[in-house]
Amino acid sequence: MTITRFVIKSAFRNKRRSILTVLSITFSLLLLTVMMTVWHRFYVDKGDAQSAQRLITRHRVSLTQNMPVYYREKMRTVPGVVAVAPTQWFGGLYKDEGKPENFFAQFGTDPAEIFTVMTDFKIPDDQLAAWQHDQAGCVVDSELAKKFGWKIGDRIVLRGTIFPVNLELTIRGIFVAPQPSITIYFNQKYVEEAVSFAKGRSGTFNILADSPEDVPKVAAGVDAMFHNSPEPTKTESEKAFQLSFINSMGNVKAFILSICFAVVFATLLVSANTMAMSIRERTREVAVLKTLGFTRQSILRLYIGEAVLVALTGGALGCLLAAGVVIALANAPGMGFFFLGMRVTTPTFLLAIFVSAMVGLLSAIVPAYHAAKLDIVEGLRYIG
Amino acid sequence: MAIPISYNIRNLKLRKGLTIMTALGIALTVTTAVFLMALLAGLKKSFMSSGDPVNVLVMRKGSVAELSGGFDASLFPTLKTLPGIAKDAQGEPLASGEWVVVVVLPRKDGTGEVNVSVRGLMPAGLTLRPSAKLVEGRWFTPGQREVVVGQSIHNRFSGANVGDTLDFAKGQWKVVGVFDSGGTAYDSELWGDVNQIAADFDRQGAFASVYLRATDPVAADALKHRVADDQRLKLEGTLETEYYEKQTRSGGVIKFIGTVVAVIMAIGSSFAAMNTMYAAVAYRSKEIATLRIIGFSRPSILTSFVIEALLLSLLGAVVGIVLILPFNGMSTGIGNQLTFSETVFSLHMTWGVAMTAVIFALIMGLLGGFAPAWHAARQDILTSLRA
Repeated sequence: MTITRFVIKSAFRNKRRSILTVLSITFSLLLLTVMMTVWHRFYVDKGDAQSAQRLITRHRVSLTQNMPVYYREKMRTVPGVVAVAPTQWFGGLYKDEGKPENFFAQFGTDPAEIFTVMTDFKIPDDQLAAWQHDQAGCVVDSELAKKFGWKIGDRIVLRGTIFPVNLELTIRGIFVAPQPSITIYFNQKYVEEAVSFAKGRSGTFNILADSPEDVPKVAAGVDAMFHNSPEPTKTESEKAFQLSFINSMGNVKAFILSICFAVVFATLLVSANTMAMSIRERTREVAVLKTLGFTRQSILRLYIGEAVLVALTGGALGCLLAAGVVIALANAPGMGFFFLGMRVTTPTFLLAIFVSAMVGLLSAIVPAYHAAKLDIVEGLRYIG
Repeated sequence: MAIPISYNIRNLKLRKGLTIMTALGIALTVTTAVFLMALLAGLKKSFMSSGDPVNVLVMRKGSVAELSGGFDASLFPTLKTLPGIAKDAQGEPLASGEWVVVVVLPRKDGTGEVNVSVRGLMPAGLTLRPSAKLVEGRWFTPGQREVVVGQSIHNRFSGANVGDTLDFAKGQWKVVGVFDSGGTAYDSELWGDVNQIAADFDRQGAFASVYLRATDPVAADALKHRVADDQRLKLEGTLETEYYEKQTRSGGVIKFIGTVVAVIMAIGSSFAAMNTMYAAVAYRSKEIATLRIIGFSRPSILTSFVIEALLLSLLGAVVGIVLILPFNGMSTGIGNQLTFSETVFSLHMTWGVAMTAVIFALIMGLLGGFAPAWHAARQDILTSLRA
């Protein structure tokens, strides 16, 4: 019998206990992996290369204030700016208003330039042209179209809440975004012609910079340009802009961290409990192993290996389950933007596996140490 | 005959290490669940107590929040003279035309900027909100660039003390007072003169909303329908209580995530409790056989072990609740999807939350304890004695 086989055999000698421990660790690691995935998505992931090249400008005072639309032409003169498209949040209601699953982002924009800025949003040329020719047309995200069963040529009605107008839009195109964006775009002229106070104003501007390195320079340039005007701006990267919404949900960072801490600590307790039980049960066996000539180090290694094996099994199962849970969350109705396009990444997987191994290691240290320095005669006399 | 509970308590004491570790595991789960429940309770309290059942909020038809657009100020005199509106001491109807705008303020702890609601109101707006009491300084003077700040704003943002100036919109605003409305959503607002605010945000000649104070709740309901039925107005009336109830929905995501987290952690803890109880049964198989021989029945053995598991989880629940107590009253903010701004609310520990936590822990104990207890009761006496 090899050492590895011995470790595996002893790890699962009490099947029920090992399975319960593995399952307990599985659920904890599942939660930990999901939390780390959320963390990664919000605070580590810088977005894809194209997103990193974009900025969003809003009114310095607040997001609910609009800016004059002529700012767009002035922005073009800032070095590093490649394209600018105005976007105006419409916030209309679709179908049954109370249902959160009917929520999606609706932006009034300029059909001529929006897809020049959103370089990673793909739309067939003929559909784009059709939209540009129909002022009452709109283009929709492919995932959104799938969800509502929309086809090109369908008509949808959005009931205005911010703007007193109901938009009757015809779907002219379906675009594919790198991550589901739950967004539709329509021509802002439609709103402007119906609502006088919307004329010549825009809520935000989406800017494409010529490289990600130019983003800070462009942001500073744009804000400096309007600094002394009655309506100053605030420009930030697309990612930072999105993050400001997540931060408005409260202290999400502390929230996630404290849950992660509680989970890891609870897992450690469970694992340590099991190892203490299992090693104490085998006091006599340890003495026999020592009599056979096993050194302290090898006994220490045996037991730690056993604990790590159990914890790793739980960890691996937890990661697999987490991948499934994250997919389910990302597709759950009514979650808005929160989990959109989220998935467990390789570094998160590796980190979770590492954490479970560490839990196994730490939980076995104390009982294994006691077993290793056990006096042979005492151990043989031990009756449990 | 039942086995006395003291038997279980002594057994738990005997194996202190195991008991403490298992209870701590349950405690951590309970703490997490309680934290989330207390958060939701605080959020609910903040929104639920915000509305006044006799106040009617009038907005443009189709608007879902006070931020969404506005309507012409010329409609205000019509609204003011509707029947059923309470009068102040001078005989003036209690009606206030208002604006709500959102500005960005830096957090006190330097962790970034947050959207905050600024409400412009008429002097009558103060009278029709009797829950808002001045705690420091004085109310703003109409026609001046002055604001009073809500208690939560005062606590959480820098430069929100009496005598400070805040910089937003077209210039500086002097903070002249602090008001407290008892933990409601108003505590997360800044209040100033409606004309000054409208001018700063280029919104003169219109109001986002008009507040009317009815003489009693029945009149409020009638007033609400009267506004909606008048075709000329194209306006909609909502009871203030209904309006805030809708806003509580922004807690939906927290509730969903909280439930998922609590359930997953509970499953993990149940397995751990099961492990401990199985071990307890295994260690005591001879003891159990002896109990059977001296006449204790299978059901009483089963009950005894289930009780032991419940005691273990109860210990966990108590520790879990104690662990959360230092955080009670701690405040945090939540972004409101309707107003784009932050409403501050506190972690609110209630008896209801504590009771739910105890029940939650007991369920974990029951889930973890039943199978081992069943196993103990089914043991064969002779085999156990020989083991």
